Amino acid sequence: MTEITLTGVVLDEQTELSLTDLSQACSTSTEWVIELVQEGVLEPVGGQPTQWRFSGTSLKRAHTAMRLQTDLKINLAGVALALDLIEEIETMRERLHRFEKDDGI
Amino acid sequence: MDFKDYYKIMGVERGASQDDIKRAYRKLARKYHPDVSKEADAEARFKDLGEANAVLKDPEKRAAYDELGANWKAGQEFRPPPDWDAGFEFSGGGGDGADAAAFSDFFESLFGRGFQPAGGARQEAGIHAHGEDHHAKVLIDLEDAYRGASRSIALRAPELDSTGHVRTRTRTLNVKIPKGVKQGQRIRLSGQGSPGMGKGQAGDLYLEIEFNPHRLFRVEGRDIYLELPVTPWEAALGATVKAPTPDGPVDLKIPKGTTRGRKLRLQKRGIPGQPPGDLYVEVAITLPPAESDAARELYQKMQQDLAYDPRSKLGV
Repeated sequence: MTEITLTGVVLDEQTELSLTDLSQACSTSTEWVIELVQEGVLEPVGGQPTQWRFSGTSLKRAHTAMRLQTDLKINLAGVALALDLIEEIETMRERLHRFEKDDGI
Repeated sequence: MDFKDYYKIMGVERGASQDDIKRAYRKLARKYHPDVSKEADAEARFKDLGEANAVLKDPEKRAAYDELGANWKAGQEFRPPPDWDAGFEFSGGGGDGADAAAFSDFFESLFGRGFQPAGGARQEAGIHAHGEDHHAKVLIDLEDAYRGASRSIALRAPELDSTGHVRTRTRTLNVKIPKGVKQGQRIRLSGQGSPGMGKGQAGDLYLEIEFNPHRLFRVEGRDIYLELPVTPWEAALGATVKAPTPDGPVDLKIPKGTTRGRKLRLQKRGIPGQPPGDLYVEVAITLPPAESDAARELYQKMQQDLAYDPRSKLGV
């Protein structure tokens, strides 16, 4: 077997995705992505939907939103709330982790 | 193949009503959803739940499952009785978004693969569908994020063979992890997911970066935290000390009069990137033990000569 090393695209704040890119990556319609933007789940840069530019981290948020919506039957407002809370909890967990370690010394 | 007790998985009695089942499923699904739960086995439990729900919420499948009898125990070696499903009519299709591709052998032996949503077994003419995306986690060391690394990743994916049977194929990919990646960040490898159907494009492979816990450093985004022990005299008088960084040791100036918990920032010494992170050194002042006579004498001298009351502001 030949060994090929693959290089992927890092999806970070610098990555720019268009509305079409993002919809395709989520195998969903552009309408659904537009709804996510209207709900404030995703915050693209640019005026019109055709000019929207999403950061690479939006893709993770969109994927999570999709799973929450289909798996838990949550409406978009609920998804938006859940996403914000999940992120807040993650940040707090990291902090907690640091302080718990400090306690040991 | 092990028997699965769907009632136990859902935490309901065998006589539970369809409403009870729906409620139980919703509640447990929220609890064990992999995006929400931090429990180590959340993903497996969520899959089991989806499977249990697919059977119990559907009166036809539930009746067929009940027919197996109540004497089976979870984990017991199971073989479906011959013709056990005679007389039941299943309406096809069945996926409701649950990850049916991951249903167990037990489920398949009872209900077959015909129940799985499109994208799996049926390869009908004229259908073109985007292949499924795959997701995998990659564990790297913090040092790898500073320098970049290569990882070989083994992926197992179900695949149809020429006779239409499903088998699991393992493929190994060598993937370059670029420097500057962060915890939780994702890398997309286009076209490395499942093949598409018809003229549909192959899905993508997403790799999520996770750092192995580090002995010395803690990571927050691209910023790194280090707790650096210093002596009381280094903190009081100031000193230049050696401090480790993921890039190798550096000389660090401790300003005089440094107090406990003070953070010293080493700009751009965090994970590289645009912008690079910073390295924060948190000063931890440690006391030398008073175990020898000489040490005890020094402490006593400090006690006599330094008029220091750390509790002066506590009102006692």
